[in-house]
Amino acid sequence: MQALKISELAKTFPLAKPLFGKAPPGVRAVRPMSFAVEKGETLGIVGESGCGKSTLARMLVGLLEPTKGQIEIAGKALDTADPAAFGRLIQYVFQDPISSLNPRKTIRQIMEVPLKRLHGLDKPARDKRTREIFASVNLREEFLDRYPHEFSGGQAQRIGIARALAASPEIMVLDEPVSALDVSVQAQVLNLLAELKAQFNLTYLFISHDLAVVEAVSDRVVVLYFGSVVEIGRAEDIFKSPKHPYTKLLAESAPVVGRALTAPEQKDSELPDPLNPPPGCAFAGRCVHATELCRTEEPRLRPMGEDQLAACHHPLEG
Amino acid sequence: MTTFLRLLFRNKLAGLGAVVLGLILVLVLIAPLLPLPDPNVTATGDRFLRPFSEGHLLGTDHLGRDLMARLMHGTRVSLAIGLISAFAAAFVGSAIGIIAGYFGGRIDNLIMRGIDMLMAFPYILLALAIVAALGPGLMNALIAVAAVNVPFFARNIRGITVSLAGREFIDAARLAGLGHTRIITSELLPNVLPVIVIGISTTVGWMILETAGLSFLGLGSQPPDADLGSMLGEARAALITAPHTSVVPGLMIFLIVMSINLLGDGVRDALDPRLKSGALSRPRATTLVDRKGAVPEADQKGLLNLQELETQFHVGPRIYRAVNRVSLHVNPGECLGIIGESGSGKSVTALSVMGLVASPPGVVTGGAVRYGGEDLLSASYESLRAKRGENVAYIFQDPLATLHPLYKIGDQLIEAIQSHHDTSRTEARAKALELLKSVRIPNAEQRLDNFPHEMSGGMRQRVGIAMALANDPDVIIADEPTTALDVTVQAQILALLDELRRERGLAIIFITHDFGVVAQLCDRVAVMYAGQIVEEGPTMAVLDAPAHPYTKRLIACVPELGGGRRELATIPGLPPVVDNLPEGCAFAARCDKASETCRTGTIALKGTAREGMALEGMAARAVRCLFPEEAI
Amino acid sequence: MGSYILKRLISAIPVLLGITVIVFLIMAMIPGDPATAILGSYATPENVEKLNRDLGLDKPLVQRYFIWLGNMLTGDFGRSFSLNRPVLDEILERFSATLVLAGTSFVLCAVLGILAGVISAARQYGLADKLITFVVLIGISVPSFFLGMMMILIFAVDLRLLPVSGMYAIYGGGDLPDLIRHLIMPAGALAAVATGVVARMSRSAMLEVLRQDYIRTARAKGVKERRVLMGHALRAAMVAIIPVLGIQAGFVLSGAVYIEMVFQWPGVGRMLVDAILKRDILLVQGGVVFVAACYVLFNIAVDVAQSLLDPRIKT
Repeated sequence: MQALKISELAKTFPLAKPLFGKAPPGVRAVRPMSFAVEKGETLGIVGESGCGKSTLARMLVGLLEPTKGQIEIAGKALDTADPAAFGRLIQYVFQDPISSLNPRKTIRQIMEVPLKRLHGLDKPARDKRTREIFASVNLREEFLDRYPHEFSGGQAQRIGIARALAASPEIMVLDEPVSALDVSVQAQVLNLLAELKAQFNLTYLFISHDLAVVEAVSDRVVVLYFGSVVEIGRAEDIFKSPKHPYTKLLAESAPVVGRALTAPEQKDSELPDPLNPPPGCAFAGRCVHATELCRTEEPRLRPMGEDQLAACHHPLEG
Repeated sequence: MTTFLRLLFRNKLAGLGAVVLGLILVLVLIAPLLPLPDPNVTATGDRFLRPFSEGHLLGTDHLGRDLMARLMHGTRVSLAIGLISAFAAAFVGSAIGIIAGYFGGRIDNLIMRGIDMLMAFPYILLALAIVAALGPGLMNALIAVAAVNVPFFARNIRGITVSLAGREFIDAARLAGLGHTRIITSELLPNVLPVIVIGISTTVGWMILETAGLSFLGLGSQPPDADLGSMLGEARAALITAPHTSVVPGLMIFLIVMSINLLGDGVRDALDPRLKSGALSRPRATTLVDRKGAVPEADQKGLLNLQELETQFHVGPRIYRAVNRVSLHVNPGECLGIIGESGSGKSVTALSVMGLVASPPGVVTGGAVRYGGEDLLSASYESLRAKRGENVAYIFQDPLATLHPLYKIGDQLIEAIQSHHDTSRTEARAKALELLKSVRIPNAEQRLDNFPHEMSGGMRQRVGIAMALANDPDVIIADEPTTALDVTVQAQILALLDELRRERGLAIIFITHDFGVVAQLCDRVAVMYAGQIVEEGPTMAVLDAPAHPYTKRLIACVPELGGGRRELATIPGLPPVVDNLPEGCAFAARCDKASETCRTGTIALKGTAREGMALEGMAARAVRCLFPEEAI
Repeated sequence: MGSYILKRLISAIPVLLGITVIVFLIMAMIPGDPATAILGSYATPENVEKLNRDLGLDKPLVQRYFIWLGNMLTGDFGRSFSLNRPVLDEILERFSATLVLAGTSFVLCAVLGILAGVISAARQYGLADKLITFVVLIGISVPSFFLGMMMILIFAVDLRLLPVSGMYAIYGGGDLPDLIRHLIMPAGALAAVATGVVARMSRSAMLEVLRQDYIRTARAKGVKERRVLMGHALRAAMVAIIPVLGIQAGFVLSGAVYIEMVFQWPGVGRMLVDAILKRDILLVQGGVVFVAACYVLFNIAVDVAQSLLDPRIKT
């Protein structure tokens, strides 16, 4: 069963109209994209800065209205950008754990809001539920009466996860949930997320720029580049045998112990300019395999091998 | 609240302001009980009596009215008017500002256009126009003063609201099911309120001045009633013959406004979290050096040699031991990695070398930093400055924040060259161009005239590297230079740094939290934890067979690409805060091998001596652990 | 750059129109009719009605606004009944006097304020900082009109160094030294508050900037401390200081009203206060619109200066 399905979802940010002349076409932060997430699955979404992964995440939870396209959760289309309507089905865990907590509220006050507003629980029921959730994220109950600034990044991120859980969602969008944390704490949070997923039967969308982390937690992975999906595949295969040259570049760029230092990309190419997007494949300017076709026609996502799709005119072998 | 008051009165001037204002308030409040004449009873026979006359402590005015009585009465009126107008302006202005800032878009646009229009008037013109329309009078002056101050509050509060509304906790509240009204009242308002209070406390004085001004012009309170402003206005005609009638109300306005301003500054400082930590101090040109112990004897290690370096942060009564007796050295052509998690002291160690730790609160309290044998910590400012960039250069983390936003990058490079070499601008520019080319920036010629914000992150960091290379230094200290960059860009920058080091024989100290980066770039590595080096040695030896439990477990936490889906190893607990370090090993609380002996005394960094190494060029290994994982 | 100035000038048009609307509406709220104010309370109803018709006051509000606006655009601001001369002539004459006073004060407050702020920040917690902070505190707390009166008592009455009031000496004056002698006290009193505000802002802007990473970069590359302060830091701080200067220009212009009263300076502020007390509406309307329009243009100049300083502002 599909927990989440998006079809032709796109977001264009309009640019200010100049004093004279027509308004420019706007920045296409997310180009029309479609994919589905199975119930109980963890879908990893990777990409570098400016690839549209945060815009996508904010549309998925209803914080941003899509320019076009549709979001279906458990078979039902959600077309309004009303976070409260989304809230019971899909929740969001933020990158910066401290700034996602209101500095002037106690943790208890923060935890109570979704229980009261989304589920209408009364005070004793809220207290009981809060205690349950806190126990499941391994936080002590006495933390409930403290303020956010008293917590370390790892603890604050657990609180952020606890708040998302309080809404009892089906799906959680995790937007770089560990990139602000130190390695030793990062592992704690990742393992906790895995436990919670099993315990509450959750579906995850895990957004990160760190390939190793994504690989460690995901079933399938979506690779984004310049607002488009360039490749989708199973986590164990996609970095081992990438079909899209960009996926390969990503996989080879991550510094790994035991691999000699070579710049995987010898051309010191600049990234494409969102205000002036190139025609055809956005990666063509950085790609050694690029031909005239790539520079004129935008490649469509098509199946390549078992469970793998890539948007490339000249996919890699192997 | 009590902490607020404590913070407020820690500021002695604010205390003084509170005392003066309190005295004035008490005096004004008990005035009706004092044996004073009626302020409006005229006695033309007693006009212009000097102060300390019989029955008139402060003398009389041009109609023979008792100045003391009028002063008390006028002060009360002025204070009340100022406070009321400040609160009214704050209320209306803040409401407008919050609504505009929160909803944004068209509503914001419309409201702010209106506010811009009101602010297009020099404020008194608007106040005069309002008084002209409503007619002179105290209430009308109050309305005018409040009205002209509404835009200031609206604009200020809107700015704060916009930045708050973009914060993640507002998004989180929306996802938790809160509607707009609740978000404004329960999420935004508590965060905006301190700013409103600061706004009120810093403008009350100003409002009192403005209402007094309108009364002074004859447009405020009307005779026979008087506030301080109209008292001054009436006295002006007799300024030269009876100056005391002017001086008395004028001084009173001055006292009130000054005490309110002092108190307002105190309130601002107490409510502004940035000032709480004393952060708004100006960092000195070099870090303060206050060494308690003796300077360590020079040993002949390395080109740059840190000996027993101790750097602390003194914040109020707290002492944070950020760097605790760290010894490191680096040889020409060598790359030394310093690895650690946030708060381990790795960056502070790096910044201490050239005295770049912000001071206050940073203080170097011990050890030595020797460059070619000379101790930089005892060097004069001028001699240290001459070595900064010339001998030891830095590359910092975030190239957007570390390049000056208002200077072209060419000029920043030229400045780096001209700070040390007496070269012409043309020559320096040619050198700058050469530098940009050497870090492989495409279209280097045009890039010279770019501003930092016009470049991508990777290009900016190349500029940062070019700037470090500007004077052919011997040592480069790179403080997490690729942390802010995307992986594909990071790979390019690392390759570039490695190449430059081999070409130029540079010594590099590379600070990072990433084992992959260390493995690829560094010859030797030092692992830091809680301000101390816990392990050091040749990179491969340390990574393959970590001796300290912390190193071993930290490496295990890092997921590696190709490992597949798995549970990750963790280290329970958190690193200790360096203002309250435990005795013994700082890692003991998180270590499963720790025993009682780990929690007592100091544990030394022990290892193979350099001289004892069998192989030429092989560096020493050392570990700060009683029960190391590996025998070394 | 040229297109940016043009853009700012065009965007000022709605603001200027808004100003005329606001002024017109406020003036239309005045109870009673101007004709009675002009003719006095003993006028016959017929005369009042005739004057109202002559002034166009019998027409609907919107129509009256457009007539007034149209006339103003052709340079006809109407005729002041209290002075019996064209409003624009009077404004131009008075405004030039205000401009001399306010302009001098503005330059004083900008130069002294920034200088004091920079010194204060560079010597934070030092003697100079404490001294400046103390003087600034007095400056922003004393009413400018009171300061002016005290200056008269000390420098004109007691010490007899400077003339008590006016712009030029009545006999034998009129040259530049005479103007300067008359200008010292009013310009000084007027500049006091603004200088204090600018000094405070400059100090905190400098302190804020000095903690930025790019200052550390400048020091790390071996730039001399003097240049770090006066180049890198001050330049960046000016981005925060310039808007404050724009606002202070408005305060100086506003404060000029009091100072003109105290020193009998023949400026536009005194003219406005007199006009309000005499209910000379056309003079008030014209004066307010004219000064506000000048201030709008000045603020455009401030924006342009800001965009020259800060390349991050899109031009």
